[in-house]
Amino acid sequence: MTDTSTLHYTAEHEWVLVEGSIATVGITAYAAEKLGDVVFVELPEVGSTIAGGTVVGEIESTKSVGELFAPVNGTVTATNDQVVESPELVNSDPFGAGWLIKVEFETLPTLLTFTEYSALIGE
Amino acid sequence: MTSADSNTPAAAPAAGIERFSPLHQAHVDAGASFTDFAGWQMPVRYSSDLAEHHAVRNQAGLFDLSHMAEILVDGPDAATYLDYALAGKLSVIELWQAKYSLLLAENGGIIDDLVVYRLDETRFLVVANAGNRFAAFDALLARAVDFDVAVLDQSDDYALIAVQGPNALAILDATAGVTDLGADLHFMKYYRITDGSFRGHPLLVARTGYTGEDGFELYLAADQARELWHALLSAGADQGLVLAGLASRDTLRLEAGMPLYGHELTLTTFPAQAGLGKVVNLKKENDFVGRAASEAGPEAGASVLVGLIAAGKRAGRAEYAIFRSLDAEAPDGVITSGALSPTLGYPIAMAYVTPDLARLGTEVYVDVRGTRLPATVTSLPFYKRVE
Repeated sequence: MTDTSTLHYTAEHEWVLVEGSIATVGITAYAAEKLGDVVFVELPEVGSTIAGGTVVGEIESTKSVGELFAPVNGTVTATNDQVVESPELVNSDPFGAGWLIKVEFETLPTLLTFTEYSALIGE
Repeated sequence: MTSADSNTPAAAPAAGIERFSPLHQAHVDAGASFTDFAGWQMPVRYSSDLAEHHAVRNQAGLFDLSHMAEILVDGPDAATYLDYALAGKLSVIELWQAKYSLLLAENGGIIDDLVVYRLDETRFLVVANAGNRFAAFDALLARAVDFDVAVLDQSDDYALIAVQGPNALAILDATAGVTDLGADLHFMKYYRITDGSFRGHPLLVARTGYTGEDGFELYLAADQARELWHALLSAGADQGLVLAGLASRDTLRLEAGMPLYGHELTLTTFPAQAGLGKVVNLKKENDFVGRAASEAGPEAGASVLVGLIAAGKRAGRAEYAIFRSLDAEAPDGVITSGALSPTLGYPIAMAYVTPDLARLGTEVYVDVRGTRLPATVTSLPFYKRVE
C-alpha cells in the first residue's frame, strides 16, 4: 500500500513518487474516479525526452479523455506495460499497479504536497 | 398525483439551481457519483460504468430516470390535437400502446423526441427529455389553443424507474407490492403500457427503454419512488440486478443505435437526416407543425447520420471531425456520439457525413485529437439483442 501522504502532486491530478533522480508518475484516485472506467492508455516511448507541463499521453474512459501531463523535464526510463494491457489497473490501484511512467529528471519543480492537493480536491 | 393548473406554462427554474430526484438519498447511500444532467444531480455511476453496462446486457440494471418530463394530454380532442402537434399519427395507436414520436419546429427541425403512451381514448402521457422539458411543454401548450384539451406538466409529480435487461421480467414478477396489473406482463408486447398499483398507489408499467434490451419503465408518484426502488432491488437480488447510472445508459443506447437529443437530434436537424423519416407521417390528412418544411425536406447535400466502426481501442468522440481521406483539408462530417463499445470491444460512433460517404462500407478517417484514424461506415444499430 502506497503511503499517499508522502507523494508529490500536481494540479492536473497526478501523483509523483520521487526516488533519487527518478520520478514515478500516475493519476490520483480522485482523477480515476472522475474519469470512470479507464479503457485505453497511451504512454510516451521509453527514451523519449519530455518537457514538464506538456501532454505526453492519454487516459481514456468510456465517457471521456484525460491527458497525461509530464510533471517534470526529463527522459522516460520506463512505462507500465501492464497498465497498457489492463487499463482498469488505473481504477483498481491508481497509486500502485496503475502507475504510468518513470522519468529521470535533473531538477524537481515545485509540486503540491499531500496537504495542498487534498485542499485542492476539497478533502 | 396532483397536477398543475390546466394549460398554464410552467416557470423555468432559475439557472444554477440544482434539482434532485426523489431517489437522491438512495443514490447517496449507495455511493453514487453524480453528474449534472439538465440541471439535475443524477447518478452517473455507482461503482463501475462498464460493470453496469454488462449487467444490463446480461442480467439487469436499475435506473432512476426521474428527471424525465411527463406531460399529460387530456380531453376530447387529445388524439386529433396530438396529430397536429406531433410528427406521427397518434390518433391511430391503440389503447395502452406506446409510440416514439417527434415534436417538430415549424422549420422542420426537432424540438424534442418523445414517447407517447395512450392511457385512454382521450388521454395520453407524453414523455420528453429532461433538458427539453420547458421547450417541449411550451410548444405543446401553444399548439393546444384551438383544441379542447388540457396539457399538463406533471414532471414534478412523477418518478420514473427503469428495469432493463434480460432478467427484467422475472424481477418485476417477483416485486412485492406490485398488484392489479391490467395486463399479464409475460404476454405484454414491446412498446405497450399497462396500469396497476404499487402498495395501493397508481402505477404505470411500460415495456419500453433506451438500452437495446428488454425491460420496463415504471411511472409512479414521486413519494412512492423509494419504496418501489427498494422492492425492485430486493426482487432482483438473486437475478443479478445492479444499480446503473447515466454513463452506462449512454453506452447502452449508443450500441443500440438510439439517438440522443442534443447529439444526433437538434433544432437544425431534419428527421430525414437522422434516419427518422418514417417517424414523420406525411400521409396524415391533417396539417401538423413542421409539415410544409418536412415535405420540402432538407436541402440537397445535407449530411446524413451513419454508424462508424473502427479497429483498435481509440474511440472517436462527439464533435470529432470526419475526413474522406488522410490529406483532405475540409472535414466531411462530424461525430455526434462515440465510445469504445463495452459489448463489442471496438470503437463505435454515430456521425453526420456528406451523402456521398454514407454508403455502407465506405472508408473514412476520424480526427482523434490530431491523428486521422480509419473507420468504416456501417448500418445501425451496432448491437441487437437476440429475441
